[in-house]
Amino acid sequence: MAILTYREALNRAMVEEMEKDPLIYLMGEEVGHYQGAYKVSQGMLDKFGEERVIDTPISENGFAGIGVGSAMVGLRPIIEFMTWNFSLVAIDQIINSAAKMNYMSGGQFPMPIVFRGAGGAGGRLGAQHSQAFESWYAHCPGLKVVCPATPKDAYGLLKSSIRDNNPTIFIESEVLYGSKGEVPEQEYTIPLGLGEIKRKGTDITLVTWSRALSFAEEAATILEKEGISVEIVDLRSLRPLDENLIYESVKKTNRALVVEEGWPVAGFGAQIAYLIQKNAFAYLDHPVERVTQMDVPMSYAANLERMSLPNALRVADTIREMLQ
Amino acid sequence: MVSSVPKDSQSVSELKEFYRQMVLIRKFEEAAAKAYSVGKIGGFLHLYIGQEAVGVGSIASLTPKDYIVSTYRDHGHALARGLNPKPLMAELFGKGTGISKGNGGSMHFFDRNAHFMGGHGIVGGHISLAAGIAFASKFKKEDSVTICFFGEGAANIGSFHEGLNLAAIWKLPVVFICENNHYAMGTPEYRALAVKDVSVRAYAYDIARDHIEGDEVRKVRDHVQVAVERARRGEGPTLIEVSTYRFRGHSMSDPAKYRTKEELEAYKKKDPLMRARHELELGGITTEELDKMDLEIQTQIDEAYQYAETSPEPPLSQLHKYVYAEDK
Ligand SMILES: Cc1ncc(C[n+]2csc(CCOP(=O)(O)OP(=O)(O)O)c2C)c(N)n1
Repeated sequence: MAILTYREALNRAMVEEMEKDPLIYLMGEEVGHYQGAYKVSQGMLDKFGEERVIDTPISENGFAGIGVGSAMVGLRPIIEFMTWNFSLVAIDQIINSAAKMNYMSGGQFPMPIVFRGAGGAGGRLGAQHSQAFESWYAHCPGLKVVCPATPKDAYGLLKSSIRDNNPTIFIESEVLYGSKGEVPEQEYTIPLGLGEIKRKGTDITLVTWSRALSFAEEAATILEKEGISVEIVDLRSLRPLDENLIYESVKKTNRALVVEEGWPVAGFGAQIAYLIQKNAFAYLDHPVERVTQMDVPMSYAANLERMSLPNALRVADTIREMLQ
Repeated sequence: MVSSVPKDSQSVSELKEFYRQMVLIRKFEEAAAKAYSVGKIGGFLHLYIGQEAVGVGSIASLTPKDYIVSTYRDHGHALARGLNPKPLMAELFGKGTGISKGNGGSMHFFDRNAHFMGGHGIVGGHISLAAGIAFASKFKKEDSVTICFFGEGAANIGSFHEGLNLAAIWKLPVVFICENNHYAMGTPEYRALAVKDVSVRAYAYDIARDHIEGDEVRKVRDHVQVAVERARRGEGPTLIEVSTYRFRGHSMSDPAKYRTKEELEAYKKKDPLMRARHELELGGITTEELDKMDLEIQTQIDEAYQYAETSPEPPLSQLHKYVYAEDK
């Protein structure tokens, strides 16, 4: 096992896949000469040259469209958004073009494209640079939505996303890029749609993904000292969704809490809460609860940002209440 | 009408073929309009009637390996590409035998084999897709050229500017063809374009430009051909503006009250079909022969209509199919 950062794991996944398949290219702002705004593509220009590691002008809608068009004729683009905040000017291409191309053509145009980049909230970046958008994309059939929380998962899930013949929204956590973890030396992939129990427990099921996993784990450690045993389900991908993993856990613990970085209204946690009450209602001893970002744009002020974001203390408090 | 007489038998037969295609489009759409008015076709139906010479002339300059990207006004482009009217009509009727299996409808014709890369419904969104297809040709070192049709209304959206800029900096083999029919829905060009001539926007991206009238099909072909060859030589994109006119409303639900009868009549005098017919007569084709041709095409369209009508709807099991591609 090697210890890699989340960023290095992503880099390794891309490099290995590009070495194997000459139809894969990486495109985005600053991915080449600058070595990536977050250095995820460090060294890739030297390895693959300007034909496959392509710097673009600032034109998200344009290069997202280039990616989709090129995927229509068999290339396998990896389109990097510097951050997902800027994907909003390309959302037309992602949803109206990429997500629907195969369907509206009656199955003629598979869409082997990965849109990836930094996402998530925090870091005192203010209202326009600090938001979690996975719920937006998970809303749309035709897209796959992947949100890895660890370097090991980042590597295995990115490889699967690149090999997938469908448009994948691969949201990396900006805050996690420097985080370290064990990554097997041997090549491996993680199938999309396979969640993982990141911690076993008996009293409550905590469902989460991406960076919110760290709040969950911290809360579980706090609660363990109080004799409360938390089971943590990391979904890893929201679409496809590992529903059974959630239900199996809830059947054991009889309680469920969703923890997410995004806003509460129409957020993905609401979907999970619905599914649990629909499919595991008989096993519930408490309504499903959620800990989310507050229902406000992000403030720059340190204290307000802290208050807005979910954190381990809020998670722990909610669990204590649910167990009373 | 200033007409150019086809000079030799080759140019006569070429013009005859163009005429045949234009009549096919016209009659296809007249049949579609009829089906729409009796409720056999749903949704939006944007007709191409009046603009036929643009699609036919442009697409005539392509080879089968080249690509076409279209808008929601895609019937003419698909037929000019040589697609069979039967699955096209069936698509309009929402049948399982449709070119997109009934999932697409009027605005979303697709035919992968014919390199017909779709009708797209978001104004201008497809312009960068076309650049992407051209990007792939360059990436794979294939000498295919992509042509992309859009209206002057689309020339105001970001995707147009981003698509042209990216195509220009990377010298992509793509020809952007603005079919300027002078109205974007009910908005006349003078209320939407700060500079009326779309083609001069080519200067902003330092690419080649051209501007032609779109009523003479062979002229359209000749001009587009130059741009296609330029693209094929690796010299990058061209922006061509073709001035044309749609005789119908923006879509079937639009009575087009925003323009005068006189204006419409003036343009109808420049009907590209009439013009081609006249030129063929000057080239020695008899009226009887032309009428016979029209009749044959009408029969073909009637058959397509019949085929669409009698084809089964897609199976209900198709609802969840194609959301995701099957695994490799
Ligand atoms: C982004 C977007 N905005 C608005 C519409 C609605 N709409 C459809 S066609 C159209 C007019 C487009 O005119 P033009 O590009 O000139 O093409 P034409 O219809 O004349 O062929 C409008 C406003 C749309 N489909 N997409």
